[in-house]
Amino acid sequence: MTKEPADTAVKNNIVIPEDYEFAYPPSEMVLESGKKLGPINIRYETYGRLNKDKSNAILIVHAFSGDAHAAGYHSEDDKSPGWWDNMIGPGKAFDTSKYYIICSNVIGGCQGSTGPASINPETGKPYGLSFPVVTISDMVKAQYRLVFEHLRLPFLYAVAGGSMGGMQALEWSVAYPDFVKSALILASTARITAQGIAFDAVGRNAIVSDPRWQNGDYYGKKIPARGLSIARMVGHITYLSDESMGMKFGRRLQTRQKYGYDFTDEFEVESYLHHQGDKFVERFDANSYLYITKAMDYFDLGAKYGSLPQAFSRAKAKYLVVSFSSDWLYPPYQSKEMVFAMIKSGRDVSYIELNSPYGHDSFLLETTRQKKIIKSFLESVNV
Amino acid sequence: MYSLKRPHLNYKIITEIIEEGSSVLDLGCGDGELLYRLKKQKGISGRGVEIEERMIMECISKGISVFQGNLDEGLKDYGTNSYDYVILNQTLQVTHKPVLVLKEMLRVGRKAIISFPNFGQLKLRFQLLFKGRMPVTKDLPYQWYNTPNIHLCTRKDFLVLCRENNIRIIEEIDIREGYRINSIFANSRSSEVIFILEKYV
Repeated sequence: MTKEPADTAVKNNIVIPEDYEFAYPPSEMVLESGKKLGPINIRYETYGRLNKDKSNAILIVHAFSGDAHAAGYHSEDDKSPGWWDNMIGPGKAFDTSKYYIICSNVIGGCQGSTGPASINPETGKPYGLSFPVVTISDMVKAQYRLVFEHLRLPFLYAVAGGSMGGMQALEWSVAYPDFVKSALILASTARITAQGIAFDAVGRNAIVSDPRWQNGDYYGKKIPARGLSIARMVGHITYLSDESMGMKFGRRLQTRQKYGYDFTDEFEVESYLHHQGDKFVERFDANSYLYITKAMDYFDLGAKYGSLPQAFSRAKAKYLVVSFSSDWLYPPYQSKEMVFAMIKSGRDVSYIELNSPYGHDSFLLETTRQKKIIKSFLESVNV
Repeated sequence: MYSLKRPHLNYKIITEIIEEGSSVLDLGCGDGELLYRLKKQKGISGRGVEIEERMIMECISKGISVFQGNLDEGLKDYGTNSYDYVILNQTLQVTHKPVLVLKEMLRVGRKAIISFPNFGQLKLRFQLLFKGRMPVTKDLPYQWYNTPNIHLCTRKDFLVLCRENNIRIIEEIDIREGYRINSIFANSRSSEVIFILEKYV
C-alpha cells in the first residue's frame, strides 16, 4: 500500500463530535456527594463501526486535561489530530477496522460536557463554584448513561485509559462488572499518593490565589490566566522525569550563551514550562482544573469498596495493567499493588512495567511497545 | 533466561505430566511457549511470571496472562493451593533464594514441577577435573563471569534439599542431551532433571 499524502489522510479522517443530554429535572443524576446534577450534557466522538451484535465497542477514557477528541481531525485545515491519534485508527493499537471506539469528555470538564463553565439552568449564569463536586465514579456514571441509554450497547468489549483515564477504567470494571469485558489501565493507580495530592494542591492554590479568580465567578471577565498557567507548569513537571528533562533541556539557557546575572535570564526548561502554561490557558477552564484534580484526589477504589481485593472480587473483566519505570507521579509499585489485589481476587490480569525515560507522559509517547501489547491483549479478550 | 538450548523435549514431557483442564502457574515463563502449548493441548487455565520486558511482550502477544515480577519477592499475594501446578522450568538456578521459591511453589500449588540442569553430570565433572576450568557446555554456555546461573546444583544436592525441607518427590524424569534416559547413575548421566513434587502432609 502506498502512503497517502497527509492532506488526503486528513480529509478521510474528519470526525464530528456529538452530544447527549440527559438527567433533566426532576430526574437529575444523584452524585456520590448526594447532590444532584441535571441536565447533563456529554460530548463524545466515535470512530469505526459498531458490528451487528454490538460486541466490538471500546470506550476510551481520557486523562486529566484530555477530551472527547481522541482521534482524527475536526476539519480539513485542522492542524493537529486527537490526543491519542497514534493509537486509534485503522491498523493501530485500537484498530478502527475491527472495533467501534467511543471517547467522551468527563463531566466537570470544559470541553463540551457539563462542567463549572456550563450555564446553570436555575440561574441562567455559569455554575462557577455552585457546580457540585464530582468524583471519578460520577464521571463513570455519566458515561454509563451515554453508552447504555443512548448508544444502547449491551456491554463494552473494553474500557481503556491512561492516568485519570485508568482510574475511570478501574471504576467502570468494578461499578459495572457485567458491562465490562476487559479493562486496560495504563500509567494509573487505584489511589493517588500523598505526593500526588500535594502537587494538585499547589496547582489549586495557584489558581485560587489569582485575584482574577474571584471565587470562581470570572466568566465573561478577565480569566485567572496567571494562576492557571502556574498550575499547569507544576502539573507538567510531574508528567516528566529528571532524565527526560535532562535530555530535553539540560541546563541550557534559552537566548543567551552566558549568564547575564539578572532575572531576564531564562533556562530552556523555564521557557518550555511558560509555553506549556500559556498554551493550556487558551484551552482549559481554571474551575475545571479545581474540580477534576479534586476528583482525582478523592479517588480511592479500595476505600470505596472496603479493600482493593474486595473491589476486584466484584469485577469480571480481564485486565491489562501497564506502568512505566520512570513514572514517579503514578509509580510502578502502585500498579503492582493493584495487580496483586487483582490476583488475590482471582482476576485474569497481565502486568508489564515498560522501561521508559519519559516519566508519567510515557503512556502518550511509548507507542510502539504499547501498540503491540494492546493489540494482542484485545485479541485475547473473550466476549 | 533459559540456559537450555533444546527446550522442546522438556516442554513435551511437562505437557504430558499435566492433566487436562488444570490450573497452572509458570514461574520464569520466558516467552510463554510452554503455557501456550498447555493451553492448546491440555486446555489449562494459566498465567506466567517473568521479569524480562521483551519476554512479557511475547507472552501477551500469545494471549498468555503474565505478571512482571521477581520470583525472589516470593508469591505472597498468591493464595495457598490456588493452582494445581506451579512450574519452575530451568529457572531455579537463576533465583537468589531458591529455597524460598521452592517453599512458596509448594504452598501456592498442590504440586510443583521443577527442572534444572544437573551440575553433577560427568561431562561437567571432567571439565573441572581435567581442564581445571569452570565447565561450559551447549546447555550451560556461559562463562563464570557472565552466567545468570548463580545457584547451580547436582541432582543429588536437590534430593538432599527435598529431604531437609520435607518435600515429597512424586516422580523424577532424567534427560540426557535431549533424550529421556533411565535413572541408573542419573546423577552422573543426566544433563537435566525434571521433578514432580508435593509437600508431605
